[in-house]
Amino acid sequence: MKVLSLNFLTCAVKACKSSSDSYPLHPQDAELVQDEIELNPDMLINVLPRLDWTALRTTSSELGFPALPEQAPTAEELQADEKMIRDLHHLLLETQISEGKLVCANCGHQYAVKEGIANFLLPSHLV
Amino acid sequence: MSRPEDSLAADVHYDDTEARKYTTSSRIQNIQASMTRRALELLDLKAPSLILDIGCGSGLSGEILSAVDPADGGPHTWIGMDVSPSMLDIALQRDVEGDLMLADIGQGVPFRAGSFDAAISISAIQWLCSAESSETSPTGRLNRFFNGLYASLRRGGRAVCQFYPKNDTQRNMITQAAVKAGFGAGLLEDDPGTKNVKLYLVLTVGNNDNEGGNTDITGVVSGMDNVDVLDARKRLKANNTQIKKGSKAWIVKKKEQMERKGKIVKATSKYTGRKRRIQF
Ligand SMILES: C[S@@+](CC[C@H](N)C(=O)[O-])C[C@H]1O[C@@H](n2cnc3c(N)ncnc32)[C@H](O)[C@@H]1O
Repeated sequence: MKVLSLNFLTCAVKACKSSSDSYPLHPQDAELVQDEIELNPDMLINVLPRLDWTALRTTSSELGFPALPEQAPTAEELQADEKMIRDLHHLLLETQISEGKLVCANCGHQYAVKEGIANFLLPSHLV
Repeated sequence: MSRPEDSLAADVHYDDTEARKYTTSSRIQNIQASMTRRALELLDLKAPSLILDIGCGSGLSGEILSAVDPADGGPHTWIGMDVSPSMLDIALQRDVEGDLMLADIGQGVPFRAGSFDAAISISAIQWLCSAESSETSPTGRLNRFFNGLYASLRRGGRAVCQFYPKNDTQRNMITQAAVKAGFGAGLLEDDPGTKNVKLYLVLTVGNNDNEGGNTDITGVVSGMDNVDVLDARKRLKANNTQIKKGSKAWIVKKKEQMERKGKIVKATSKYTGRKRRIQF
């Protein structure tokens, strides 16, 4: 599970749809791996306005990364700052949670992550 | 030819043996690749995008997304959902670039509103027409899927789903569920009337805040042969006039609209729309 995906995923439990605590999911006992992925600045600039920066700050500190700036960079700032692009690329696309779980702060449901794949299958009474 | 969709659940059919057989067949590799390229053509993406691959399997469709040349607006980044652990396992072994999750699209699409530029689905959604238990109906699963997909796409986004309906009933069931979820929808048929016929459901998400959220699909598929544009607007209008403003049905409908836009909505209950007694 990449940090990028985590910034878009919500708890899948039906009763959590009406709660703002069900996002973002919180990594627990997470083992991280780093992949090498080719840099794609245009993709980053494209998704930048859609990132939830507050949630990204939470996730990145929960995973033990140095604190992100309080404000998201603008597209122009990001475009002009090679290092910021690389750092963001590293955090969002190259960092994977390989083992552990993702926990919903609203309902407490735990989504297991194994070999980098998060299990979002729900028992039918939660759908 | 017998269809595994009719008798088995997808995760049972795609076990380790079948997943390997499927993925290593060069005939299947070629067909999946060419259908994915066709879907990309219909998505018409101009820049590297974030794409949801629905029923991504072992990554035969996804790897085409990763391989789009910068000159053609790529490469794209994708997240894949699939219900078969064996298929995902092969995707891992093949070291695909997309991020993978084990999920049943009939349970919904658990992303926040407006996450994706686009979505593709190659040879997967016909599986939703067979419900595997007494607790779920195909219609219920299709509705959850399309409602979730609609919300997870950004406004102006598109989805293209290639699928193999068993018959006209399935074909209509799928397209109607998409239209009901608010999509503008068109059906495109390649090689109609041959045994290689391929069916693509092209879906658009409205930019405008009109009720029903229908955008004109005609622009997407104009000039193409064998396209059926499915228009739900007339039917929606007719329905609207029958529902009394303030009634429970009206409230539920409003709530569905808000939910599709990704708004947080209170769950509907037996109290919804009831008169509250005045408390002193
Ligand atoms: C024919 S394969 C296509 C895989 C890939 N898109 C490709 O082009 O090679 C169909 C896939 O749909 C998946 N599928 C079927 N029903 C599903 C469901 N309810 N949720 C998620 N995936 C599903 C199956 O597990 C299988 O991997």
